[in-house]
Amino acid sequence: MTLSVSPVIFIVLSATALLGALGVVLSRNLFRAALFLVLSFIGVAGLYILLEVEILAMIQLLIYVGAIAILIIFVIMLSRQLMSPQYRAWNQQRRGGAVVAVMLFAVLAFVLLSVTWPTAEAAVPQDAIARLGRALVAPDQFVLPFEVASVLLLVALVGAVIIAREK
Amino acid sequence: MQVPLSWYLIVAAALFCIGLYGVLSRRNAIAILMGVELMLNAVNVNLLAFWRHGEVARGTLAGQVFAIIVITVAAAEAAVGLALVIAVYRARRTVDVEEVDRMKL
Amino acid sequence: MDILNFWVELGRVAGEWMAGWGLPPWAVNLIADFIGVLILVVFGVMAVMIFTPMERKVIARMQDRPGPNRVWPYGLLQALADAVKMLTKEDIIPSKADRALHMLAPILVVIPALLIYAVLPWGPRLIGQDLNVGVLYVVAIGAIHILAVVIAGWGSDNKYALLSAFRTVNQLLAYEVPMVLSILAVVLLAGTMSTQGIVEAQSVPYLIITPIAGLIYLVCAMAEANRSPVDLLEADSEMVAGYMVEYSGMKFAMFFIAEYVNMFAVAILVSTLFLGGWKFFGLEDVAPVLAPLIVFGKSVLVIFCMLWFRATFPRLRFDHLVGFSWKFLVPLSLINLLLVALVVKIPVANPRLAPWVQGGVMLLASLVVMAATALLLNRVARRLKDAPALKRIVAVER
Repeated sequence: MTLSVSPVIFIVLSATALLGALGVVLSRNLFRAALFLVLSFIGVAGLYILLEVEILAMIQLLIYVGAIAILIIFVIMLSRQLMSPQYRAWNQQRRGGAVVAVMLFAVLAFVLLSVTWPTAEAAVPQDAIARLGRALVAPDQFVLPFEVASVLLLVALVGAVIIAREK
Repeated sequence: MQVPLSWYLIVAAALFCIGLYGVLSRRNAIAILMGVELMLNAVNVNLLAFWRHGEVARGTLAGQVFAIIVITVAAAEAAVGLALVIAVYRARRTVDVEEVDRMKL
Repeated sequence: MDILNFWVELGRVAGEWMAGWGLPPWAVNLIADFIGVLILVVFGVMAVMIFTPMERKVIARMQDRPGPNRVWPYGLLQALADAVKMLTKEDIIPSKADRALHMLAPILVVIPALLIYAVLPWGPRLIGQDLNVGVLYVVAIGAIHILAVVIAGWGSDNKYALLSAFRTVNQLLAYEVPMVLSILAVVLLAGTMSTQGIVEAQSVPYLIITPIAGLIYLVCAMAEANRSPVDLLEADSEMVAGYMVEYSGMKFAMFFIAEYVNMFAVAILVSTLFLGGWKFFGLEDVAPVLAPLIVFGKSVLVIFCMLWFRATFPRLRFDHLVGFSWKFLVPLSLINLLLVALVVKIPVANPRLAPWVQGGVMLLASLVVMAATALLLNRVARRLKDAPALKRIVAVER
């Protein structure tokens, strides 16, 4: 039953993600742009659930919506320029930027559709989460990127606190 | 009918290009950062789509781990970037990137 | 019909009856899912009706006064009277507020509270959807709740509402970290993130094995639900209802409902993670029909504890509140996590005795940590008592 409904769900979720993204880049009011960003994140989380990686969907919701989006909203409120009359939202490269983006999309779409990808369909294993956990700390798998990422987070934490500190 | 791989890739490409337009055309530093986050999301969708349609059969988890690392890096980058925006706002009272084009005060 | 397995049998019979209408199987599944969602939502909102008067009566009795007793015997339908009052109030929207955001915020606050009900286990085979990342889903839903608070504060066009929303988010983020760490301890013990799996893995309730994690989770869950003694931001004597100050009538009722729905969901979560869920010394094997009642009973116990805390403790000042979380709860829950991680790996010769041995070691270690913490706090309090700043305050008051 679910297999015949997947394309419809896919279209709904990707429409959410893409409309949210369009709202981010086209909306003048910065706060609304942040809310459209949240909508886009939720759409992408739905796409992850469709791809049967629920743990990444939850991580996406937790980190992107729960931390990054809120951080962005806080900084928007702390740097309120919205009320000034000379507020201009776009710079002079607006048309050039649009042309570049559309052309890039055309090239990418052409390439993606004309290549036959070597796909191999299989079912996701039952203990995918346990395997993910083991993969992150196994010495012959991905322990090095994991440890480096944790050092990166520590550096970012200390750096952000120092940069944003009141003198 | 399963959703074919190319659909996911098209959506990821579209998301990436929309984020690119956001980065290229906005004046507000925070809006540029939001565009960057969109681009990173597009990359993640790409990675996980390839994992689901190719790697599951081989039993490796590189796609998922890569996606988790990308999310981590995005969080770190957003934190430091927004701290910089706050620092710039305190010094120059503006977050318009067209107006902070001088190193000297 | 097997009466002892009533709820599951009811679902099966209803499914067969609907299939008999001649609909394709996906339509039957869709209708069944809708009805399931409806039942869960109604159940959640019914919690408001039951727990609003219960809260006021219980707190009143603890303060030696009768509480509401006008509506029906013993004031039990008070929630209905409150609902009628709120429905008849005028709906005011501030003129310069963002209309869409102002109307969106109350809805966005209720939705995460109701979404938690999807992963709560009501019985051996009664659960909305047994996600294998159940507890992570609950934490992620809490993150959406934080966003709704910010939107509510912004959409009010009121400096003080915005400030209060900031402080609420500060508090919510601070208490999210120890909450996640204590849930992690439970997940380590159970070996799975699905709520049904955690209940089934509890041969002994986890509150006895890791009391530290249980207590920390209870405190953090209360802070996430904005309940006293950590409700500085919506208390009447403080920021005048905080980020909800510009909402009147049914919109305010929505915030109210969201808080109680959240409280009930959190109470059921506490009973699932730490008190054994629908298990009750083997009663659930004999009569699975009683499982939802067992869950309800345990959650009423937890809610009673929450109301007890509200009636007893004074409010914490905001910086004390946040400092308590970051400086005390986070290190404590990290130590607890390390402890659990170590104990789970202790090799026991006889596999049947493994849970008991590990549980016993864990309990002893937890008691040692709690005693050490109490001693440390005692020493710190003693040192603070002689601090010059406090001496000055005491001298002035005298």
